[in-house]
Amino acid sequence: MEHLFTNIAQILTSWMVSLGLPPIWADLILLIGQWTIIVVIVTLNVIVLVWLERKISGFIQERLGPNRLGPFGAFQTIADAMKLLTKEDIIPSQADRWIFMTAPMLFIVIAVMLYAVLPLGQGMEVVDLNVGLFYFISLGSLSTICLLMAGWGSNNKWSLLGAMRSVAQMISYEIPLAFSLLGVVMLAGSLNLSEIVTAQNRYWFILLQPVAFLTYFIAATAELNRGPFDMPEAEQELTAGAYTEYTGMRWALFFLAEYTNLVAVSALAATLFFGGGQGPWLPSWLWIIIKTYLIMLVFMWMKWTFPRIRMDHLMSFSWKVLIPVSLANILITGLGIEFFRGMGW
Amino acid sequence: MIETETYTINIGPQHPSTHGGLHVEAIMDGEEVKDAIVHVGYVHRSVEKIAESRTYAQFVPYASRLDYLASHLPTLGYVQAVEKLAGIIVPERAEYIRVIVSELSRIASHMIFVGSLAIDLGATTGMVYCFRDRERIMDMFEMSSGQRMIASYMRLGGISADLPESFYPAVESFINDLPGMIAEYHGLISGNEILQERCKDVGILSAQDAVAYGVTGPNLRASGVDYDLRRDDPYGIYPRFEFRVPTGQNGDSWDRFMVRIEEMEQSGRIIKQALRDMPSGEIQAKVPRILKPEKGREVYHRVESSKGELGFHLVSDGSDKPYRVHVRAPSFINLMVLPLICRGGKLQDVITNIATLDPVLGESDR
Repeated sequence: MEHLFTNIAQILTSWMVSLGLPPIWADLILLIGQWTIIVVIVTLNVIVLVWLERKISGFIQERLGPNRLGPFGAFQTIADAMKLLTKEDIIPSQADRWIFMTAPMLFIVIAVMLYAVLPLGQGMEVVDLNVGLFYFISLGSLSTICLLMAGWGSNNKWSLLGAMRSVAQMISYEIPLAFSLLGVVMLAGSLNLSEIVTAQNRYWFILLQPVAFLTYFIAATAELNRGPFDMPEAEQELTAGAYTEYTGMRWALFFLAEYTNLVAVSALAATLFFGGGQGPWLPSWLWIIIKTYLIMLVFMWMKWTFPRIRMDHLMSFSWKVLIPVSLANILITGLGIEFFRGMGW
Repeated sequence: MIETETYTINIGPQHPSTHGGLHVEAIMDGEEVKDAIVHVGYVHRSVEKIAESRTYAQFVPYASRLDYLASHLPTLGYVQAVEKLAGIIVPERAEYIRVIVSELSRIASHMIFVGSLAIDLGATTGMVYCFRDRERIMDMFEMSSGQRMIASYMRLGGISADLPESFYPAVESFINDLPGMIAEYHGLISGNEILQERCKDVGILSAQDAVAYGVTGPNLRASGVDYDLRRDDPYGIYPRFEFRVPTGQNGDSWDRFMVRIEEMEQSGRIIKQALRDMPSGEIQAKVPRILKPEKGREVYHRVESSKGELGFHLVSDGSDKPYRVHVRAPSFINLMVLPLICRGGKLQDVITNIATLDPVLGESDR
């Protein structure tokens, strides 16, 4: 079971090579196959996640949640997706047409690209990049541009306000996010995500870096634009913020991308702090799914419990609390590494 | 120097957090509110004009629809005004039942306040808990009057029906559970630091301004003015009950929130006392089928509604219909301080301020 997927890939490659294809072509075809699988899994996973979030919010709020269509309302999201697909695609006449149209597509593309470096099991990353973590963070900051495009391109004051807020927020929280990961990188001595997983053979980094995990978690919530940091959307204030003018599938793409980002960020947390696919009895790809889902549950729990923070508090929290704390964490991690090395561990 | 300019943003009339058809024109500089202009009138139903073509008894359901979140309070104000006009003496038991249902209305209205503040600040879950508890009050209203929200329960000279047997255990268990519910709101909503940050020192209304603008009710008490009509200009049988009038100090959104939470507790106390002392007997006074008050009589009667001083000014011309009915709507007058308390704040504070002023647009626009 452990090497189920890697073995399938190997069998496929050798089969294609035996057909007379040059190995490089076989690799390319396999890569395209892997990408298709990721896109399909991501989309299907969002359907499960939306259902799960509605069920969990129902549980928290003493409601039932969706319960009509299929067992436990499981097909509700599929019906919703069908509805969104058949809705009229309205582009406001005063909007900047091309920017308005490309923003959601770019958003989802960036969200899916994050999965390239995530080790979804032992030896199960699409690209084994030696700067994987760096790639992840830099792609994450790109999504700011999509929100700005959506908000500005809509030519609506609410949208623009939402976009401006999201830019300010994402730039401020990008810094503690990157800083919080530096501690892990220093311990593992690598930016390669599979090597970071291997470095956690003896103990998970959550034990050595609890502060880094907390700052990562908070900054990631802000990066994901989830409650209590859902400034760009801010339903009760900005009607729907940057997404106000979007309808139908274009709106759904934003929704899809947000959930995709949620999975990616949770999977990264599982990889960096909870030993990735490590765990007893079960195969590694199952372990990472379990860990990712558990972290996502915490994200959902937070969203459905907290009120939204105010914009200026949000900024001062990042600059006055998170960044100093994450900087101090780097310093202490560095001192600790030196100290233990001196002790000869 | 970068050249900047202000821009206008229309909060409402179609907006998730304006509690109905309220339109606030905010003049913004970035995220900061320079000025705000309140436009009301989107829910205008010409209730006062309708009253002139209805008999005195026929207007009761209309009064019920003024403040639909606490529908017993405006009807209480109206029927008491008519009783004052025509000199009707209400039976003891009816007075007690009126107190019980109107205090329950007050609790229901304040629960909506707490819940809508929570959802306006983004805490969806807080809203659900408040509405869950309010549901029990709605069930009790259904038992007593057959209606949940807009129960036209009051009649001229009494009430429409006596309380059913099932009402007493329901109200008793509700009053016993009330402290637990409030503790839960404190844990989930007011105990949250984000919410405290967003309410404290936001929308400060000084006692002086509050009095100058004619603000009444919990909003006035939050500014530190100890004034409650139930105690200071008592009506009905309120002097018989013992209760405290909670006040705040700073007049900010947080005080407006805490005053209302404490008022819920005090209302619970009043209901407890009313249940204990309630006599048996008649529930309806003898009122002539066609009520024709003396010509030229004029009364102004005010009650402490959950929003503030709710007054009815009735003028009789000797016919069976009032010559003029004027409603002093506390929501309307309270809303007028919104520009004052929003100036200099952030856009998000406008939402907090609207929520903590707790306007009901049905009453404000009449």
